[in-house]
Amino acid sequence: MTREETETSGEDMMIDDPKPKIENDFNVHYLRIYYGNLFPYTDIHKWLSYGHGTCLFTCLSFFLSHSLKSFKNASLMEAAIKSNFPYKIDIGAVYSVDPDKRHAYAQSGTNLFTPVERELVFDIDITDYDDVRYCCSGADVCSKCWPLMTVAIKVIDTSLREDFGFKHILWVFSGRRGVHCWVCDAKARRLTNEQRSAVAEYFRVYKGNENNAKKVDLMGHSLHPFLARSYVDFLKSFFEGELQATQSIFSSKEKYEKILGMITDEDIQADLRGKWENSARSSLSEEATSLLRWEQLKKALQSKRNKALSLRTCVEEIVFTFTYPRIDLEVSKQMNHLLKAPFCVHPKTGRVCVPIDPNNCDEFDPLAVPTLSQLIEEINSGGLKMDVDDDDSDSSLLGKSIKFFRSSFLEPLLKSCKEEIESSYKTKIAKTKDSFSW
Amino acid sequence: MEVIRSQKRTVSNDVVSTPTLPLYLTAPHMEVRLEEFELFAIDRLRVLKGVSDGLARARNPNEMDDLVETLWKEHMRLSNVSEMINKDIISHFVLRLVYCRSDELKKWFLSMETALFRHRFRLKKIEEQRAIVGEFGLPYKAVIGAELESLKERLGLVARSHGQISSDGTCNMLYFDPMFTLSHLAVKLVPFLMEKFLSFLSFAVENIYYKVPFEEVPDLVASRRVLLQKGFAFVAGTQLVSLVVTQFRSHLSKALILTNRKWTTTIREREKDRLTPIVEALSTSYLGPDYSQSNEYADISLKDIDQVSKSSFPLCMRHLFEKLREDHHLKHGGRMQLGLFLKGVGLKLDDALAFWREEFTKKVGSERFDKEYAYAIRHNYGKEGKRTDYTPYACSKIITSAPGAGDHHGCPYRHFSEDNLKAALSRMGLSSRGMEDVMDKVRNRHYQLACTLTFEAVYGTSCDTGINHPNQYFEESQKILKSKTPAAPV
Repeated sequence: MTREETETSGEDMMIDDPKPKIENDFNVHYLRIYYGNLFPYTDIHKWLSYGHGTCLFTCLSFFLSHSLKSFKNASLMEAAIKSNFPYKIDIGAVYSVDPDKRHAYAQSGTNLFTPVERELVFDIDITDYDDVRYCCSGADVCSKCWPLMTVAIKVIDTSLREDFGFKHILWVFSGRRGVHCWVCDAKARRLTNEQRSAVAEYFRVYKGNENNAKKVDLMGHSLHPFLARSYVDFLKSFFEGELQATQSIFSSKEKYEKILGMITDEDIQADLRGKWENSARSSLSEEATSLLRWEQLKKALQSKRNKALSLRTCVEEIVFTFTYPRIDLEVSKQMNHLLKAPFCVHPKTGRVCVPIDPNNCDEFDPLAVPTLSQLIEEINSGGLKMDVDDDDSDSSLLGKSIKFFRSSFLEPLLKSCKEEIESSYKTKIAKTKDSFSW
Repeated sequence: MEVIRSQKRTVSNDVVSTPTLPLYLTAPHMEVRLEEFELFAIDRLRVLKGVSDGLARARNPNEMDDLVETLWKEHMRLSNVSEMINKDIISHFVLRLVYCRSDELKKWFLSMETALFRHRFRLKKIEEQRAIVGEFGLPYKAVIGAELESLKERLGLVARSHGQISSDGTCNMLYFDPMFTLSHLAVKLVPFLMEKFLSFLSFAVENIYYKVPFEEVPDLVASRRVLLQKGFAFVAGTQLVSLVVTQFRSHLSKALILTNRKWTTTIREREKDRLTPIVEALSTSYLGPDYSQSNEYADISLKDIDQVSKSSFPLCMRHLFEKLREDHHLKHGGRMQLGLFLKGVGLKLDDALAFWREEFTKKVGSERFDKEYAYAIRHNYGKEGKRTDYTPYACSKIITSAPGAGDHHGCPYRHFSEDNLKAALSRMGLSSRGMEDVMDKVRNRHYQLACTLTFEAVYGTSCDTGINHPNQYFEESQKILKSKTPAAPV
């Protein structure tokens, strides 16, 4: 999770300005209106209760007070959020005892305040790709590099469903430059830290730092079926298509040297380098140049493929380096890690953390996500208070997101929770019927 | 388990039926002699501490296999197989009592017992391994028929992704690599086909795959050594160890919680005059010789003592000695730690009195020395009061002591700041490389290992048993130095 600093923008109140042009989309007054009218309390509470009607021991952290809170029902949660207007809300694990009372349970020898359940979460941040994107760096993101996130969603989502068998998966825009994934199946919530770590490591391919030129090492005589499927279904076409168009990774000497460094055979390196230096002044576009050079590289490697094992997987390694998802392992491994709640507002951009549909993630545009000021303006111009529970809210900026959250995530999840509660109840009844001993 | 005092033990029948690697699933019904209760536990503890040492030294899995085999033979072997199994089971359950009592003890015991189990399992033949899997009552079935057919190709990919093409029986299916050029084929055709055919057969026979929920084999998932589909992992027969170890650990973890509950609610009180003191002593017990009787190596005279302190004392005692010479005084903790050590080293009572008197009178005067300090020294040698001959402190005791302001006792690897420790180590003659190794152990809280590495660096030899007593350090050092220059005093 990215621990971000808050803005101290409490005093920028421009409500008297007839046409408020806000430099900073985020201020306390707008937050108040947002949490007063737009934040979907009931839906969030239903989600975190998982059919039990209460999320009593779920740890929610409010950034302002940094205190851990838990709520018996939606209206209490609503009241607390409305009185605090936190800059952000983070969701943590469900604990064995009330988080508010954890100090009372502190004892030597055994720790009673332990996490019991927690969604399996993933955090993908585009700054982790800085070494392979040339359009932006750091906190910026644009339409040229955002597709890296799209591909990441496809790869991870497919694997979570096909390999791990998970069904209730929520993808959320992190508000600025990444995505979060919440896996909410009961099996996922009950995973131990060790099991979470195993899933995270299963997804890990990139092992890079400044010291090594080759950051992806696909050893062995074949790819694991998961990696092979990701390559064939998503990565290869993305690399040879969209990536070349947006990043042109071969078009300049600085760029292609980085790739040449990943080829372990010096003869091939020298050969390609020679070719490309000579064609530096060609009339082709950047994109076409890039594609041509990629074909030349593949051909060069193909001809020498049997000479060394490391050359066999070189093509795939290059593709993986540029396109394969890079998740933040630490976020996934521990149950007690806090992660930003969906539908809260990002302090730096003012954008709402809306859900992303993994089946349509190509169409998601991070720069078109509603900002706090846009939402407020919508309320102002509409003249009415938006009612989030209103089914006709499809037309509003936020309504579509809330509707998607409900229909494709919340409802199936609650149905499955209900079935599970019922079946475990039935098993309990059956057990007590069978035995008369005590 | 029933602990009795009688000489003869009735051999129980339900133990012998298990294979040679018990799973400790339920406490056995057998009678145990009181002496065996403690002795068996101590022997097993030696094994576990050996395992701990091996892991701290980052031994690779094959080395650990060998280490475990050696340790087990050395400490747990008995002439009769069923006796051996009994000892195995009894010692495990006794140690459960000892190590269930706090989170830290539980964590250590769980790690060591799991590692011990893992390596003992790896040493078994594959049929025995399969039998053990059955013992656990795991509901996992082998994948057969149409399901296996649909998975075969991908299972082969998984095996190949970890470079398994050798024909050692673990190899995989008939996978024809399209990258082979024609000339390559022509040369190798016949042996190649034979090899593939044989390996195909062995695949058919050896490589059974079990369908297991992925949560049960986290390490295989993490390293992508298994195929996953809809939440299930397909675990090869050769990967059973992973499956079994996870089960073992999870079962033991739960059992320890239950044992702790039973201990605190009933057993501890009920056994307070019999088993409880034994149990409580076992977790901190030092398991080597107690150096209460000095031997011929160790007779030292006062005139040699300064030289000996520089050449053979471990860092803790060297520090105390230097401070005594410097300040002409030591507080109580330091007097005890150094004084008993010197006794173990071979300093006779008269020499000891003379030694301490020589230093202390420089500060407090002769009369005060006789009045306040001499008695305590004589007491340590068992010449006063209840005449207990006190034994020199082992490392475990020294490490857990808590030196306060003005104290110089304790373990420097634990109690010194990093800078002070480095300075002290360089005075002992360590190179910066050697020092880094030692500091690395210190940061990971392996204090005795740090002292062992210091020993190895100073004397240029390895100390496989590890240092766990200052007098052991002294004796080993003297042995080495005497073997180099037999005539001169060292």
